[in-house]
Amino acid sequence: MWLYVARRILYAVPIALGVTAFCFALVYLAPGNPLQLLLPPDASAEVIELIKKTYGFDKPIPVQYAIWLGRALTGDLGVSIATNRPVTGEVLGALSNTVILSVAAVILAFSLAFTLGLLAAWFNGRWVDRLVTGFSIVGVSVPNYWLGMVLIIVFAVNMNWLPATGMGSKGSESFRLTDWEQLRHAILPVVTMSMIPLGIIMRTTRSAVSEVLNHDFVQTLRAKGLGEFAVLRHAVRNALPAVLAVMGLQFGYLMGGSILIETIFTWPGTGFLLNKAILTRDIPVLQGTILVLALIFVATNLAVDLIQTAVDPRIKRA
Amino acid sequence: MSFFFRSAPTTTASASASASASPSAPVADGVRPLVEVEDLQVRFVSREATVHAVNGVSFSLMPGEVLCIIGESGSGKSVTMRALMRLLPAHKTRMSGRMRVGDKDVLALSPSELTAMRGALVSMIFQEPMTALDPVYTIGEQIAETVMRHTGCSRAAALRRGLELLEFVKVPSAERRLKAYPHELSGGLRQRAMIAMALSCNPSLLLADEPTTALDATVQIQVLILMRKLQKELGMSVIFVTHDLGVAAQIADKVAVMYAGRIVEMGSVKEVLSNPQHPYTRGMLASTVHGQDRDRDIEAIPGSPPDMRRLAPGCSFAPRCAHATEECLASAPPEIRMGPARAVRCFRAGQFGAPSASLAIA
Repeated sequence: MWLYVARRILYAVPIALGVTAFCFALVYLAPGNPLQLLLPPDASAEVIELIKKTYGFDKPIPVQYAIWLGRALTGDLGVSIATNRPVTGEVLGALSNTVILSVAAVILAFSLAFTLGLLAAWFNGRWVDRLVTGFSIVGVSVPNYWLGMVLIIVFAVNMNWLPATGMGSKGSESFRLTDWEQLRHAILPVVTMSMIPLGIIMRTTRSAVSEVLNHDFVQTLRAKGLGEFAVLRHAVRNALPAVLAVMGLQFGYLMGGSILIETIFTWPGTGFLLNKAILTRDIPVLQGTILVLALIFVATNLAVDLIQTAVDPRIKRA
Repeated sequence: MSFFFRSAPTTTASASASASASPSAPVADGVRPLVEVEDLQVRFVSREATVHAVNGVSFSLMPGEVLCIIGESGSGKSVTMRALMRLLPAHKTRMSGRMRVGDKDVLALSPSELTAMRGALVSMIFQEPMTALDPVYTIGEQIAETVMRHTGCSRAAALRRGLELLEFVKVPSAERRLKAYPHELSGGLRQRAMIAMALSCNPSLLLADEPTTALDATVQIQVLILMRKLQKELGMSVIFVTHDLGVAAQIADKVAVMYAGRIVEMGSVKEVLSNPQHPYTRGMLASTVHGQDRDRDIEAIPGSPPDMRRLAPGCSFAPRCAHATEECLASAPPEIRMGPARAVRCFRAGQFGAPSASLAIA
């Protein structure tokens, strides 16, 4: 088991390296010369040389990458062009705001989707199933930015129940979900965000559980005298690996934050930060944010892999 | 270890002894049959069609007796067994008739009485040991779950009982196998684990749905010998579904031959296999390999089984029967009794002599 865990972690290293290489390459993939961003168009040749030297652009690209990677590993992602503040601090601040949103959305979406999916599987083909299936198709089909705007119009503008944007007057520094004044601000974005994984997890749970319920061993369970609740428990345990795999992927997506949702609700998370960085051509911020998000995605996948191995004895643990 | 198992009561032993001497005597020495099924009908209803799977099956079984139900796929033998435990999906199954096991009227049981009966009074083993066990629980957990369900004992005690059961069904290194998952065991061991699970709460009636069909030939015989031994030791009644006449000859006291949802012939294993009176039984016996010349074709029964959605009014076997007359096509033949426990559903029963070749009865 531990050998397996060690091997999976080892496998993740080259993927993570690939991610860093891509993020580094962003500077060169972006249109134009990175120096143009720093310099006025009429800068003299000497100034250009000087800047090149100070920023290390005179060295060969692999050396530049090694230096950048070394700094990134120590937590130094450079300085934002727009604000002149360290990128690491900007990204981590935004990340903590996104985590508030996405963890709440994940908890809401996963519990609701799993319960509804289970009900649909249990009442396979009957009206409960059709209702849940219809709901999940709507959930998958409705664009979440549209839903966000509709929710703002209904609950913030028309009814005036909830705030439309932002994180509240106390700002993002001391945000707590236990504080109702602040929690109110999170409700609409959390609900909107939870609609992203809701449909797909509902569908996955439904199909995985109803497939398990068709297996032969379910008859054995009934034949040995188990009640329907115990049978369902067995079915869930069997369907869990498949459901967890999809949940993990969705969790990874949500951790990345949603540019659309965070922009609509002016929620200062990573998605909002990315949007800002793109508009201001703030390459270091873009680089740093994408790097952190991609690494989180890699880590989430790794965690899902390991959890799956723990819950499914059929996956060989060698 | 036998203190844990209910030893066979003496009355049961004598009943089974008398049953093997003359399986015909039903209530001769005052012992009530353990199982009585009367005019069981099972239909599967869907929007497209109604399948008449079982059409008036009646039989009884004494304590300690072994009944083999023989028939081809779709003849209703498995459905009959599942009906006895009400394992068929309730919302599309229509059942009528009477079924009694012990003092339980099976069709009248409430859901909680039903689950209390399953696995305790009646238990079942299935054809495919590969798929009949839950793949994500260990063998021990699955046996313990049954024990805990019916005795309410602790998990530790249930696992001890599981170990004892695995040793009882001759699983080598039982301690290690208790912690194994189904996919880590061979087919034969899995079926033994399945049998251990079925026996865990001392059932009075064991239903075995082709338990040896999916196994290798050598393993088949081992499992069969084991089952016969367990049945003798525990004195339980067994209904054994098979399409293998050799298996029936090995293990059965009584044989019921099913065709198109009806028992077409029933009697002691010896009578039915050595002197079959229904053309279907005769055809089936003729189509087995029993030392005929190698270049002679095996006699297959012509035609194919009827469509259970549209059963003709007459004898269901008539379209394939060489002896069929106008009478056979017009109306279904009644049960013709040919002895205390021998019955044949054929207008011409009793007109056939003993066939030239018959299976040797063990």
